[in-house]
Amino acid sequence: MTQWSGYLGLILQGALVTIELTLMGSVLALIMAFLAGMGRVSRFFIVRAIATVYIEFFRGTSIFVQLFWAYFVLPFAGLSLTPLQAGVLALGLNVGAYAAEVVRGAILSVGREQYEACTALNLGRWQGMRHVILPQALLVMLPTFGNNAIELLKATSVVSLISLADLTFQAQVVRSQTGSTLMPFLSVLIIYFALALIISWGVRTLERRMARGLDGVRV
Amino acid sequence: MDWDWNFVREIMPTLIQGVKITILATALGSILAAIVGLGIALARRSENRLVARSVGWFAEFIRGTPLLVQLYFIFYVLPDIGILLPPLVAGVIGLGLHYGTYTAEVYRAGIDNVPRGQWEAAKACNLNGRHTWTHIILPQAIPPMIPALANYFIAMFKETPLLSAITVLELMNQAKSVANTYYRYIEPMTLVGAFFLVISLCSVVLLRWLEHRYGRIER
Repeated sequence: MTQWSGYLGLILQGALVTIELTLMGSVLALIMAFLAGMGRVSRFFIVRAIATVYIEFFRGTSIFVQLFWAYFVLPFAGLSLTPLQAGVLALGLNVGAYAAEVVRGAILSVGREQYEACTALNLGRWQGMRHVILPQALLVMLPTFGNNAIELLKATSVVSLISLADLTFQAQVVRSQTGSTLMPFLSVLIIYFALALIISWGVRTLERRMARGLDGVRV
Repeated sequence: MDWDWNFVREIMPTLIQGVKITILATALGSILAAIVGLGIALARRSENRLVARSVGWFAEFIRGTPLLVQLYFIFYVLPDIGILLPPLVAGVIGLGLHYGTYTAEVYRAGIDNVPRGQWEAAKACNLNGRHTWTHIILPQAIPPMIPALANYFIAMFKETPLLSAITVLELMNQAKSVANTYYRYIEPMTLVGAFFLVISLCSVVLLRWLEHRYGRIER
């Protein structure tokens, strides 16, 4: 029994690494999503082009390929990353590309009359975006951002393949040390599922809080 | 960082071997996902509450956990209870099950979109349950969902590199093995990335065409 608790400790350590990766990846993804998503609705062709290339590139290949590329090829270009850095970079850039399309869609979903009201109030483009468009668009983005965060959580499992000691990696360690297969993999699956439930619960709570005071305004 | 075309020519045959397995796994996985998805969608509509609930929870659980861990589960746990699967079969089952839970949602939306009048007309024509499904509901429900299904199959194609973790010799695994043999990562990894990027960019065109062809619902 003491043995099991030791192995359980190992798995919980892995859970911490997974949570850490998910949080850092989400922050990077959020930044990239707003940069690229707003870039796609920019007035300037060059900004739109850069944002489109970024999005298509990172959506076109899987997270796994990008992670391996970042970890194995970039060192040859003189840029050595630790597994954690490579993981956060690949996860953030990949999920950021998906979330950028969410940002773009949400910004475009805000009605024309809101943009016209901005003009009527003599707000600049940035002011209108900051005070009128984004606060409304944010609420539209939130549920899909929740799904993106869960996709990111699930994608963190591939970092185990570049020897970062996350949940999946620790499950493999326990499997190779004990020869038991059901216990490590089932417990890891349950932990991932619990984390996913926590994310979706958190996003729902946040959505309710942000929607407060908007009753009757939104259709 | 120097690109060697001779090396590229040398490793091409090995990579093409991998491409074949990648395509095979995607094709088989797609077929399985299409069937599993339909099964889940039908089970969730079942009269029997217990069946509908438990299948719903099972699908939710699979969607909330990483494909990689599921692959490990199939590959390592099943042999312990006497089911010995070749890696490719285990991989196809993993892909099919995981994406089946996604396609189930597509089927659900498609079936819900069939107007109530069609169900009533089927009843009025005295069709039994099976005939209602095969002759009335599914023929109307499936064409509009083809673009969404294709979207998930493309997503699955991009996830196939994960099969390398359970020793399937697909493109990523072949690339890794030649990279480890010659200790040159730049060419194999970049070629893998380029291959997936090209296929996904082409598939965007295919998706547009499918949407144009099937996406509209005629009423």
